[in-house]
Amino acid sequence: MLDDETPMIYLDGGATSQRPRQVIDAEVAYLTHDNAAVKRGAHRMAGAATDAYEGARGRIAEFLGAPSPDEVVFTKNATEALNLVARSLGDGDATTPAHLRVVEGDEILVTEMEHHANLVPWQELARRTGATLRWIPVGEDFTLDLSRLDELVTERTKIIAFTHQSNVLGTVNPVAALVAAARSVGALTVLDAAQSAPHMPFDLAELGVDFAALSGHKMLGPTGIGVLWGRYEHLAALPPFLTGGSMIEVVHMDHSTYAEPPARFEAGTPPISQAVGLAAACDYLDALGMDRIAAHEQALTDRALRGLQDIEGVRIIGPGPSATRTGAVSFDLAGRHPHDVGQVLDSLGIEVRVGHHCAWPLHRLFGLHGTTRASFSVHTTAAEVDALVAGAAHTAEFFRSLS
Amino acid sequence: MSDALHSLYTELVVEHDKRPLHEGLREPFDAEVHHVNPTCGDEITLRLHLAPPADGTAGSAPAGSTAGEEDSRTIADISYQAVGCAMSRASASIMADLLIGRTVAEVEPVRDHFDQAIRSRGRIEADEDLIGDGVALMGAARFPARIKCVLMSWKAYEAALIEARTLGH
Repeated sequence: MLDDETPMIYLDGGATSQRPRQVIDAEVAYLTHDNAAVKRGAHRMAGAATDAYEGARGRIAEFLGAPSPDEVVFTKNATEALNLVARSLGDGDATTPAHLRVVEGDEILVTEMEHHANLVPWQELARRTGATLRWIPVGEDFTLDLSRLDELVTERTKIIAFTHQSNVLGTVNPVAALVAAARSVGALTVLDAAQSAPHMPFDLAELGVDFAALSGHKMLGPTGIGVLWGRYEHLAALPPFLTGGSMIEVVHMDHSTYAEPPARFEAGTPPISQAVGLAAACDYLDALGMDRIAAHEQALTDRALRGLQDIEGVRIIGPGPSATRTGAVSFDLAGRHPHDVGQVLDSLGIEVRVGHHCAWPLHRLFGLHGTTRASFSVHTTAAEVDALVAGAAHTAEFFRSLS
Repeated sequence: MSDALHSLYTELVVEHDKRPLHEGLREPFDAEVHHVNPTCGDEITLRLHLAPPADGTAGSAPAGSTAGEEDSRTIADISYQAVGCAMSRASASIMADLLIGRTVAEVEPVRDHFDQAIRSRGRIEADEDLIGDGVALMGAARFPARIKCVLMSWKAYEAALIEARTLGH
């Protein structure tokens, strides 16, 4: 909470979004009327809770354009979704199909703009298996440098994992080109969609990837829930990630067999009210229309970029106005540490994120320890973007006045 | 501009950020530590050089001893390289200037008071007699997110002291 006098301008949806009343109400209604453990117990409330949970799965499958709700696995967050894939792809045995089992000598390809959540799990997979981690570089124009893609994608490439949209640069990556490159060598594709799904039309059938990870709280939903979507034939052949209750088929003292997906990957009591809230968030986004949301945020992004780039000392860390960049607008203010920039903006009620935004290698690439990032949401207005631009100019002036 | 902001970016903080005292990495030193703040990527490398007590006694705390024992060695030098926000850089400068030339034991109450005051969210008034220019950093006490920026160099000194003792210097 801010003080009473300062109007709040929340420009940190890239870190977490503000939840619409409808999302909160849906969670409250579920918790008030139907709360019970799912998929256990014969009583009516357990049945209602299971219906609510599975209904949410169906709603989210529809939102994503997934062929079946059984391809939607609920996780704790997008980070856990990515860890699930990375762990399971290294845990196979002789019964696991070769294309779903990373072994020594294989290559895992990521990009230099990944959030740590889509980098560190692959580093760990490489370490566990003896595979090699490689990465597609980011060019001076803040987009992926695909000029050497032919050399980076080899017969040994097992996985290409990449973000749909950079959480720092705003760059939207060329999914089709990367999927085509992966398919040409029989590699799997893993898409980090945490930043993209709330901001643009999202259709898995069109994207053509093998796995996708999403974050509930970045798409107007609750915290404590994420989604891993995976092609059913992959999920059905992968070993489990977390084990225990709910994910089993038959248990003996010395061994167990496992349930079919998605249950196989949902050990323990799942995030039920969060799933209900996330389904309500999908309703909310669809009611607004993802095309309209994308157009709205595109206009705000253009406005912000044009305003900020005119301020002396501001350097935008990301592409200029373009159809393939979205509303994560990061900038450097000459000579000032981003914490100091964010502090002055906060005093004006402008809430932005500062630091390396969990993309340390990317910042290192541009010789920066951090940036100041504004990220736009469905509720952001043009007046708020103008306040950001005025606030950045004021911040530059504030520090000039001190020196 | 809010008063809170000016309480943070005081003239002293701005001055220490612009022209930090004792900055740079120098020889000789007994211990060197490198600390990183993983949430913002700020970094400090700090070297500590201790000199035997002026009275010629051994003075040196034995290896593995705890900080509670009287340590009459002099902090001959604290040299450092800091990358960070104005608060963290100013804090390193102010700390080095406060501690250099005094004994390890003498500065214990300084460190204790600074630590308590900065973590108190403004409830404990800082004693200028004890922490000198350190009072200029107390604006951060009202911004919980900034306390770790201010404490980074102090933690680095603490770690360097422990390392110097562990190494038996």
